[in-house]
Amino acid sequence: MTPGAMAGVLLQVVLLIAVAPYVVGVMRQVRARLEGRAGAGIGQPWRDLRKQLAKEAISPEGSSWVFTAAPVVLLASTLVIAAVGPFISTASPLDRVADLFAVVALLLLGTVALALAGLDTGTAFGGMGASREITVAALAEPTILLVGFALSARVDSSNLAAIVDRIQDNPAQVLSPASVLAAVALAVVVVAEAGRLPVDNPSTHLELTMIHEAMVLEYSGRDLATIELAAALRLTVLLGLWANLFLPWGVATSASPSALGIGAAVFVGKVAILAVALATAEVFMAKLRLFRVPELLAGSFLFGVLAVSSSFFLA
Amino acid sequence: MRSLFRKILTTGRVAQPAPARASDQAADPGVLRGSVQIRHVDAGSCNGCELEIASAFGPVYDAERYGARLVASPRHADVLLVTGPVTRNMEDPLRKAFEATPAPKRVVAVGDCAHNCGVFAGGYGVVGTVGDIVPVDVEIRGCPPEPDVIVAALRDLTGR
Amino acid sequence: MNLVAQALLGGTVFALAGAVGAALTGPRVRAVVAGVSTSVCGAGGLLAGIALVDGQTYSATVPGLLPLGTAAVAGDALSGVFVALVGAVAVIAGIYSIGYTSPGSPLDHGPGSGAGSRTVQAVLPLFVTTMVWVPIAGNVTTFLVLWELMALTSLVLVLAEHRARPQVRTAAAWYASMTHAGFVAILLALVLFSSQVGGDSFAALRVGAAELPTTLRSLIFLLALVGFGSKAGIVPLHVWLPRAHPEAPSHVSALMSAAMVTLGLYGILRVGFDLLGGGQRWWWVLVLAAGAVSALYGVLQASVAVDLKRLLGYSTTENMGLIFMGVGAAGIFAADGDRPLATLLLAASVLHAINHTGFKTLLFLGAGSVLRSTGLRNLDSLGGLVSRMPITTALFGVGALAAAALPPGNGFVSEWLLLQGLIHSLPAAGSPSVLIAVAMPLAVGVVALTAGLGVATFVKAFGVGFLARPRSMAAGNAIESPVSMRAAMALAATGCAALAIVPAIVGPTLNRVAATFPTVCDGAPLQGGVTLQLTRIAGSMSPLLILCGLFAAALVIVVTLRIAGRGLPRRKALVWGCGGTRLDPRMEYTATSFAEPLTRVFDDVLAPEQDIDVTHHAESRYLIESVQYRQKVADRVEVALYPPLLGAATGWGRLAGRMQNGSVHRYLAFGLVGLIIVLVVVGVTS
Repeated sequence: MTPGAMAGVLLQVVLLIAVAPYVVGVMRQVRARLEGRAGAGIGQPWRDLRKQLAKEAISPEGSSWVFTAAPVVLLASTLVIAAVGPFISTASPLDRVADLFAVVALLLLGTVALALAGLDTGTAFGGMGASREITVAALAEPTILLVGFALSARVDSSNLAAIVDRIQDNPAQVLSPASVLAAVALAVVVVAEAGRLPVDNPSTHLELTMIHEAMVLEYSGRDLATIELAAALRLTVLLGLWANLFLPWGVATSASPSALGIGAAVFVGKVAILAVALATAEVFMAKLRLFRVPELLAGSFLFGVLAVSSSFFLA
Repeated sequence: MRSLFRKILTTGRVAQPAPARASDQAADPGVLRGSVQIRHVDAGSCNGCELEIASAFGPVYDAERYGARLVASPRHADVLLVTGPVTRNMEDPLRKAFEATPAPKRVVAVGDCAHNCGVFAGGYGVVGTVGDIVPVDVEIRGCPPEPDVIVAALRDLTGR
Repeated sequence: MNLVAQALLGGTVFALAGAVGAALTGPRVRAVVAGVSTSVCGAGGLLAGIALVDGQTYSATVPGLLPLGTAAVAGDALSGVFVALVGAVAVIAGIYSIGYTSPGSPLDHGPGSGAGSRTVQAVLPLFVTTMVWVPIAGNVTTFLVLWELMALTSLVLVLAEHRARPQVRTAAAWYASMTHAGFVAILLALVLFSSQVGGDSFAALRVGAAELPTTLRSLIFLLALVGFGSKAGIVPLHVWLPRAHPEAPSHVSALMSAAMVTLGLYGILRVGFDLLGGGQRWWWVLVLAAGAVSALYGVLQASVAVDLKRLLGYSTTENMGLIFMGVGAAGIFAADGDRPLATLLLAASVLHAINHTGFKTLLFLGAGSVLRSTGLRNLDSLGGLVSRMPITTALFGVGALAAAALPPGNGFVSEWLLLQGLIHSLPAAGSPSVLIAVAMPLAVGVVALTAGLGVATFVKAFGVGFLARPRSMAAGNAIESPVSMRAAMALAATGCAALAIVPAIVGPTLNRVAATFPTVCDGAPLQGGVTLQLTRIAGSMSPLLILCGLFAAALVIVVTLRIAGRGLPRRKALVWGCGGTRLDPRMEYTATSFAEPLTRVFDDVLAPEQDIDVTHHAESRYLIESVQYRQKVADRVEVALYPPLLGAATGWGRLAGRMQNGSVHRYLAFGLVGLIIVLVVVGVTS
């Protein structure tokens, strides 16, 4: 592993960490503006994180090491994805470490850690959040893997860099039916996994409608900061993956400084555009009833099946 | 969806321009600089203060632009926004909410009732003022206090 | 006599001595004798298995040992894997049983009952011995005799606790009938096979299979599939499994659910790929379909199960389903001529079988520790064990991580391989056959849904069963298990961890197993090293580096938090109950409530029975005194499929009963009629 490549990986991780809270900030700001508010500014999530880091952490009585370890596992699993994914460069030396399926499994690992922590608190809301989050994650899993199948079938590899490189080499692939269908399916899953509307409302104050928030009701201080950073990072990673799998232009194909610089700038631009689009779309949406969510995910599963079939027959 | 879009376009921005801060008594916000998460506790209020708090966080006054945000759990909060005289049934929950908030924390007592029980003073169900139960850092007077006043007090906390 | 023979025979002698010793000694000594002899027998098996995989062969014939023919043994690499698996489980289960069956546990219901009784302790080493020898059997007679001995000894072990719980008897009845139905199918298949080929040894069958007509080969395969599928717990022949495995003592559950079911896989591989040499494509489509149904049905039942051991039983069905899917897909591609892909899928299946053996052993032993300490299997009453049984909890967590197929667990590696095999089903040039284009995406969907629901299942098992606060007195009074049980679980966890971090250690084994099927497999599917690299297919993943990455990231996070936290200590505070009074453990989420969304989403498949009883006050019907809510998720396949069969069997039984009235005249008449029929048949045919 060359020093240049190492620097590329480090740059990618640091960039993602730096950008992630701003992605959340941009989404909140867009939403605020569309609602006629002034908004807190896109740097607000960073200010929140800085403050939470300096506050005391509280463990509820009766909870165990699972409660304290969960935020660390959640953030660590997301950081590993941030290191191995082709976000600014496909020439990453770590690409061979984890492919698309491993990345999906790492995302799921984070979800599981938080769900166990929710159960560990022993509160009704913690258990409720864990149960719902796991249900949604379990039903979203088939779609992700089918999309992975559709994308990797023609490339003959499930390694992310290979998929991104392949589409960069054949731009016409982006408009192939398989790719479009897969993009729709994965978009639904990204929304579900990131806990955005219409699956989950990240700004709800009503416990009964919560999914993700209900699990973290007991966290405070630095634990909460870890979880919020991880949540922002997961959102960024998911948006970045979606962007690079379906619109891969600008991703660096070598580890030269200029290529990495361009790759980083393009990545920030793409994620910003997606964040604005997602936030705008959210303004027009209400949260779905919990038991309508499986229908939404079943719909995305259907799109996934269609994507695979068309990659078989129409390529 | 089209009508909503048209409404967004025609309404534009409804938030009032931010008034200048009266920075005379501005104590150093410390850790809470720029970001204050608030858990609202209704200790027995007549809901007058709640209406004003709701409009302070509404689009017009938009307290969120100064870094203040309402949250769902005292574990996430830095500030308890307590309204009303403390009633017998809310005494213990108020203590518990204070206990559940991670340090450093502030308590903001909103409204005259929180200060001196107002017209409810001496009522059979009233235990006392907010200050009798938990240590109060900031008091916002008024019956009910106007959103402007609430926003100004919150701005002192965030320093923005 | 080579190492294989020495290890096997030595282990067997030890086991027999242990059985005799256990029958003659008192309860305390008996537990040690049975446990140690089981472990030694298992160690012999493990050693022999490793030697077999390493390339040694062992074959011998002993004429006249069995009443109907020659006893023959013949081991190759395929036998070796399964012998080693059985041996490894037996080593662990033997150590575990020393603590589990020693007197003084809350489950001990007095002398002569339960897992510590004389019969059960004496049979345990015998059961292990028969299991170790089954994959070594070299001809039909030996195989059938060993298979039946294995069934009988395990039946005795399932019945261990029949005095304490009447439902054990029902479970054993189901087990006995299902396993014998399966045995009849295997018997028919193998006897048909050997009679047509004209030889009894597997070598003769292998040579003669090619000349058999296709229909006959298909019939043999179907019968074998039914027989071995019922042993492997494949839907709809799984009904005995979620009954018998939970009711057996926990170390026996581990032996059955981790070791014995994999012998069903061995049977399919041996008969389908080795003796019949691959065969028709539709056979394997059938195997793939049966696997898919089993995986989905098993995991759905597991995800809503409330009984911890029943949940693990259904999870066995799920995992065997995944393995059968891999085997089925391998068979399809072998029939299509894509042998490298078939090799990869077969390797994935065998690896998953190995991994499943590892984590299922660990999980059943963990469940057994909980059961021994609390007397509870019901997840709704458990909880809070993390502070009372910290080691058991941590080790069960390792197993649950593996069973949920999450990195860095070992289950993830084999599911990843399986997925790699399935997604590379698209030929490099040209369009695929319609069957593959339809079956493979569905297979990936099934694997993915199974993986998702598997995660839900084990979050429930671990999160509700072990974390939070105890939901009952018994769970609150739990104490940590004896040291032998902890050591056994730690051993199983170490195995799981090794398989998870460096799966390359089994790479050569998988390559050798693939080499035993020259008509099906081609080449070595896996390259070892730190990164798991597939040969001839672009795909790589490194469990070790992922784990290192997770550790490094966690370290950075912890250090950063320490520095940023400026030494602020962590505070313990009351659970935030929204200002209410202290939260009661009864307010915690239970396993039933955790699985409620899934029950609702899949209610068309699961058909849960719900029952609400509202009792009104005597004075006014507007006031409610109590509400009772009951929910039961029955095994729908069992409910729908088996009552008609059982009814028919009972009807036939009645008919037979009418013929038997005890009169000697009637029996003489039967004899006469029978003789006449035989004579007529002989006269007509000759």
